[in-house]
Amino acid sequence: MRSGIIAKKVGMTRLFLEDGKQVPVTVLQLDSLQVVAQRTAEKDGYTAVQLGSGLAKAKRTSAAMRGHFALAKVAPKRKVAEFRVSEDALIDVGEEISAEHFLAGQKVDISGTSIGKGFAGGMKRHNFKGLRASHGVSISHRSHGSTGQCQEPGKVFKGKKMAGHMGAAKVTTQNLEVVRTDSSRGLIMIKGAVPGSKGGWVTVKDAVKKPAPKDLPYPAALKSVASEKVEPNSELPEGGSEE
Amino acid sequence: MNIIEQLEAEQVASLNKDIPDFKAGDTIKVGYKVTEGTRSRVQNYEGVCISRAGGNGIAASFTVRKISFGEGVERVFPLHSTNIAEISVVRRGRVRRSKLYYLRTRRGKSARIAEKTNYKPKQSA
Repeated sequence: MRSGIIAKKVGMTRLFLEDGKQVPVTVLQLDSLQVVAQRTAEKDGYTAVQLGSGLAKAKRTSAAMRGHFALAKVAPKRKVAEFRVSEDALIDVGEEISAEHFLAGQKVDISGTSIGKGFAGGMKRHNFKGLRASHGVSISHRSHGSTGQCQEPGKVFKGKKMAGHMGAAKVTTQNLEVVRTDSSRGLIMIKGAVPGSKGGWVTVKDAVKKPAPKDLPYPAALKSVASEKVEPNSELPEGGSEE
Repeated sequence: MNIIEQLEAEQVASLNKDIPDFKAGDTIKVGYKVTEGTRSRVQNYEGVCISRAGGNGIAASFTVRKISFGEGVERVFPLHSTNIAEISVVRRGRVRRSKLYYLRTRRGKSARIAEKTNYKPKQSA
């Protein structure tokens, strides 16, 4: 099992392909994504890598986290997340992961924090139908209807769908397709929408319900490995300017 | 420029489409690639451009209206679509608004658009 990645949602755009198709894509950016710590079976009882992404100001990082980053000899990170990996897929601390970690055409699962909707009614939150527009309905056209039965059971069942807080929860969308990757700018383009708002952090993992392509970089696409090879990404389209 | 704008500008440049200067009121001819089975050919669609939306960005589109067998037909084309082989301007029309949706309620004589006689081509920068 490979490690996933942390990425920042940049926004959406579209791609026109040569065969006339248009593809709506969400652009995700990898921002100095490095391994901050390892979890090993001997020490922690499970194997995982802890990744950190983004740049945080040292003075706004807590002393405890500063110490943690100093131990790994990496700059303070904005976002830290752990990914369970198999024992042979552990990555050394300090290694930087590039966007080539995923291949075009591959399916991935993406988790993010959905956009908060606040206190929402039943129609918006659970797709209730609401009440009728006429036939004596007054003031309560968007309310939920009955919430139960009669004297027996004489209560509202637990878990009844009602109005309440909606959004701002962790949402995972499965089997999204990777359309393109751009390692020089650290961009990954995903077909369709991804949970969360622009600028939000998401985690991208290999799809659990689809077989992974055979030629995936294992354990990860590392920048230290890529720089050893001479120009490994010559098939990529010409970028306008760097960064 | 943020990343999205940069990507869109790059894509517009890489598509390298020759888009003539046209606006609402102009009669234009769109050569649209149609694939039938394995064969592909170019189908022409000629009519009045009644709306342009989205500026010149990658998401820009335009609407072409024509009367086909007595029935009004409108088609929306993405400006940068790779399915568009060619756009040519047949006639420049003189109109006073950017969206000619009023043409939908008109037929025949009242749906005519006067020709623009003083058209000046834009200086390409």
